[in-house]
Amino acid sequence: MAIKEDLRLLAEKVEGWNRSVEKKLEKNPERQKEFVNNSGVPIKRLYTPADLDDIDYLEDLGFPGTFPFTRGVQPTMYRGRHWTMRQYAGFASAEESNRRYRFLLEQGQTGLSVAFDLPTQIGYDSDDEMAMGEVGKVGVAIDSLRDMETLFREIPLDQVSTSMTINAPAAILLAMYIAVAEQQGVPSEKLRGTIQNDILKEYSSRGTYIFPPKPSMRIITDIFAYCAKKVPQWNTISISGYHIREAGSTAVQEVAFTLANGIAYVEAALQAGMDVDGFGPRLSFFFNAHLDFLEEIAKYRAARRIWARIMKDRFKAKDPRSMMIRFHTQTAGCTLTAQQPMNNIVRVAFQALAAVLGGTQSLHTNSMDEALALPSEQAVQIALRTQQLIAYESGVCDTVDPLGGAYYLEALTREIEERAESYIRRIDEMGGAAAAIEKGFIQREIQESAYKFQREIERKERVVVGVNRFQVKEEKPRNLLRVDPAVRASQLEKIRKLKSERNSAGVADCLAALKKAASGTDNLMVPILDAVKCYATLGEICDVLRDVFGEYKQVNTFAR
Amino acid sequence: MNHSRKIRVLAAKPGLDGHDRGIKVVASALMDAGMEVIYTGLRQTPRQIVESAIQEDVDVIAMSILSGAHDYLFPRVMELLREKGANDILVLGGGIIPEEDIPALKEAGIAEVFGPGTSTQDIVEYIHGRVQNPQA
Repeated sequence: MAIKEDLRLLAEKVEGWNRSVEKKLEKNPERQKEFVNNSGVPIKRLYTPADLDDIDYLEDLGFPGTFPFTRGVQPTMYRGRHWTMRQYAGFASAEESNRRYRFLLEQGQTGLSVAFDLPTQIGYDSDDEMAMGEVGKVGVAIDSLRDMETLFREIPLDQVSTSMTINAPAAILLAMYIAVAEQQGVPSEKLRGTIQNDILKEYSSRGTYIFPPKPSMRIITDIFAYCAKKVPQWNTISISGYHIREAGSTAVQEVAFTLANGIAYVEAALQAGMDVDGFGPRLSFFFNAHLDFLEEIAKYRAARRIWARIMKDRFKAKDPRSMMIRFHTQTAGCTLTAQQPMNNIVRVAFQALAAVLGGTQSLHTNSMDEALALPSEQAVQIALRTQQLIAYESGVCDTVDPLGGAYYLEALTREIEERAESYIRRIDEMGGAAAAIEKGFIQREIQESAYKFQREIERKERVVVGVNRFQVKEEKPRNLLRVDPAVRASQLEKIRKLKSERNSAGVADCLAALKKAASGTDNLMVPILDAVKCYATLGEICDVLRDVFGEYKQVNTFAR
Repeated sequence: MNHSRKIRVLAAKPGLDGHDRGIKVVASALMDAGMEVIYTGLRQTPRQIVESAIQEDVDVIAMSILSGAHDYLFPRVMELLREKGANDILVLGGGIIPEEDIPALKEAGIAEVFGPGTSTQDIVEYIHGRVQNPQA
């Protein structure tokens, strides 16, 4: 570590060097007058140790697996074990999705990730009027425990970990998973996996909300408390920035808004009487892997450092595991192009590499055809291979945080950290994330970043290869996945059969007990588990909860 | 071209799809181009869209959907518009709509579909070209 004196001298030399370069710029101009990244951070021509003079290695970087975790949350990272290769998948029926899961496991993926259709995500059965046209389209249709049993047929739940992208009805799908495991003879204590269960980002960026904020937070904290005792290896929430970024935010906003949501969840759990270290270790996160390779790596490192300090200083966590960001990453769907789809393979490769160099615990790589449809088998195989190529051929896994100490990277990590912290302070002043969402602040910030990005593309200030530059005349894409429209009819028949075979009186009792619990303060996981095991449908259970909790009305922030 | 009033557009999100980045970007661009835009918000049924369109007396309906449910929802909107006699509203679609689905949508009455990679200026020009006489 250089001495202050030396760094000041170096800074002077750098300034001198820059001046000499600038003298020659008229003859050899740079591509732009100024270089500013998408988050608004000005990018210098060159970074040197002089840029890091206020960084203390032990305080600010430290060791992997030790506070503040900048360099990673495990001491050995990928020298010990690669990240989980976890491809988000699901479409049409439970049978078809089960086939895709077994294909992916055979091809070497190491964890499951379930995509549910929109009716399921929003608590509607396939026969609901609101489900018209939507059944099975963006994920698997799950109407009852029976569908869940089919979904995991021949998949041993004591041996695979499963992530379920489910939010408003997360308690119900988790209950179904627990019930299926029970049928397999696997106790809930052995289950490993994640439910996304992050309602705040639904309100601001993703849209699959059902109930208003207060009861939604109650359900979330009930899940935290239940799992702490009965499903201790389960990640009870995946606090997500992915969707915030997809909605158009910058990297700085992604970190800020995600961690602000995280703060809100921690506060809710504390208010519900839990001890921070009782649920802290089971919080997990989910970030985007976007285009700016180096900014993304810096982003993950900044997020880790900020959260560690929040948990330790603000929330007084004592368990280091409460201070760690363990995260899943998905490559940025919004960067995929419909034009020249094979280019997406390369985009995804860069993005995946950024996530790995940033220390992700789990990774989904998008398929090249996903700007057009859900992934075909061939396309998802390439996406999985992309991860395997990084893991086994690139060599980057053989040391921890290989880019740590790079002058640009550390300077950018700190920039992102400072700017994100500034946003978090503003959100605190507004009363926290939920209040900021009610005020429309989060949504307007995101919307403005999105519009700016689009204007840059249309003015050709931002190149999208194949779309606004390097275009070709294209052939129609072929072999795209199509969801069989018969899936709706098939689900309707399954529902009809289920309702005729189950014990209706039992179902009615379960739903009545659920209604009572929802109106009181008992932990909802218990009556939800009972209802699920009686084969009450997802829609029936959600209707009871809608009755008691009401439905959320989204803030329309569009009026300018 | 002299319009007696601004072109009025209903920007709508039919069905359960929660992706609103695209529709908000398009709405902003249309507003910057001098149009009046009413954004419905998420989770609009075809009936709600048609009722809003008539209530707001719009010249254009711009619907964005990424969930694949366009095959049911778009024709349903057209059906309800016809039922209400609102046949002169220009109806546009966008989002993730497979190319092979477009002919059927056009046959149902959707005037044009603007997919990924479309420039907002193309949409602005298209609307200016098609909406000759915003209803006075």
